Amino acid sequence: MTPTTQTAGVLAHHQSELNAGRWFIQLCTACNRSVYFPRELCPHCGSTALQWQTPNGLGTVYAVTTVRRKPADGGDLNVSIVELDEGVRLMSRVDNVPPAAVRIGQRVQARVIVNEGKGIVVFDALNGGAP
Amino acid sequence: MKSLRGSAAIVGAATFGCGEAPGFTDMELLARAAHAAVADAGLTMHDIDGIATASVSAVMWPMPVIEYLGLKPTYIDGTMLGGSSFIAHLLPAMQALHFGQCKAVLVCYGSVQKSSTFGRKEIVSLRPFLDPQPFEYPYQPAMPVSAYALAASRHMHEFGTTREQLADVAVAARAWAQLNPEAYQRGALSRADVLAARMVSDPLSVRDCCLVTDGAGAFVLTRADLAGRSPKKPVYVLGNGTAVWNRQISSMHELTVTAAKQSGAEAFAMAGLAPKDIDVVQLYDAFTINTILFLEDLGFCAKGEGGAFVAEGAIAPGGRLPVNTNGGGLSCVHPGMYGIFALIEAVRQLRGEGGTRQVAGARTAIAHGNGGMLSSQSTAVLGTAETV
Repeated sequence: MTPTTQTAGVLAHHQSELNAGRWFIQLCTACNRSVYFPRELCPHCGSTALQWQTPNGLGTVYAVTTVRRKPADGGDLNVSIVELDEGVRLMSRVDNVPPAAVRIGQRVQARVIVNEGKGIVVFDALNGGAP
Repeated sequence: MKSLRGSAAIVGAATFGCGEAPGFTDMELLARAAHAAVADAGLTMHDIDGIATASVSAVMWPMPVIEYLGLKPTYIDGTMLGGSSFIAHLLPAMQALHFGQCKAVLVCYGSVQKSSTFGRKEIVSLRPFLDPQPFEYPYQPAMPVSAYALAASRHMHEFGTTREQLADVAVAARAWAQLNPEAYQRGALSRADVLAARMVSDPLSVRDCCLVTDGAGAFVLTRADLAGRSPKKPVYVLGNGTAVWNRQISSMHELTVTAAKQSGAEAFAMAGLAPKDIDVVQLYDAFTINTILFLEDLGFCAKGEGGAFVAEGAIAPGGRLPVNTNGGGLSCVHPGMYGIFALIEAVRQLRGEGGTRQVAGARTAIAHGNGGMLSSQSTAVLGTAETV
């Protein structure tokens, strides 16, 4: 869909799509660069000609940390910055391997999970986490 | 900007309540530091006609500060860029002084972050609403440490930087703190201690993280041609630059390159100096990776060589470059926003007030502030009268 058919800001639209299990990033048709997080105008060229695009869902772990938490608080948690093949980065987590096993350079596949109606993007390590 | 080089001087500086100040409010600490800084400048509160201040919680903070101090300033700067704010307050104040908008600017900060329990839980729970980052909060990073941990992980991956090198930053800071009676943490600290400390957000252990203390700092800036009226040795602002490229760590262009590259280049260009000309360096070390990143981005070493640059006591007392001579945010003081303390330590070094930690013959200094999640960067180049 294109921005002209939207009746709300990009944040609300993006979240409502995520809540329905669908993930979109943006493509600036003026400078042909991908944009994420979603914005009302392109941070590269200033254009408002942003179109929603479905990412191919593949990316690479760019930076990684393990948030150390007590078991009672949910235990250790991976937080990663993932670089999508489209060239944009986002914060997320790698969900299918233990936090200590997540490595920079790991190839990952996006998956939308919906919890209590709210969707977020997480990633699974490809090949079971083998590099 | 070059015409403003050396046009203003820091003529008074003071800290108050560093460490623990139970029973005080942010404002009370600020007022005590402000009073001491104004007295240090040989001035009275009646002489103060400019104010620059910031708070991590009160969004209209200059107003209650002006009210509390009984000022009627003609120059007001409430720019809030996190911990770099008080260094970023320099250049606008210099412009205001230069154009005659005011004669004496008081830059001040106070925080009882450690001791106060007033509203702490409520404030923490409100931050996601007051400063929304909907693309990070859902993943529950332990902010701010996870942001810096992510940057550290990338630096280690790209350049082979090690946890031992990160630890050496903390060890050097502690060695300086042991020479500073005002420092909060002065006990022995070894590389092994840092490596064995409780991990908070890999690869950063609790000893890779700054302190949480109370404390206040203030300084007074006047035109250079009026600085001679103050009793203390004036410290001249030779250059200042401020840069912001991102707010969120996930929006940082490269996790190993901060906007200090821009702020440093601007400050050095204004000063007409280069890193090789600098005698003493104060860098906002919220986490051990900061010191490495800023040494690289400010040009003290090449990108990727920061780990080797800081290793084995090279920035500790007696090392090749004196860095964070008060003990830094890691071992001296860190009440939420540390930038003003980095600047005050630079002033003390250039005045020759460093006591046993004094860097002999220091004539030039860098004070570099960081704010947010490696988000805002402000660099000041300072010098003694002979450098103007």
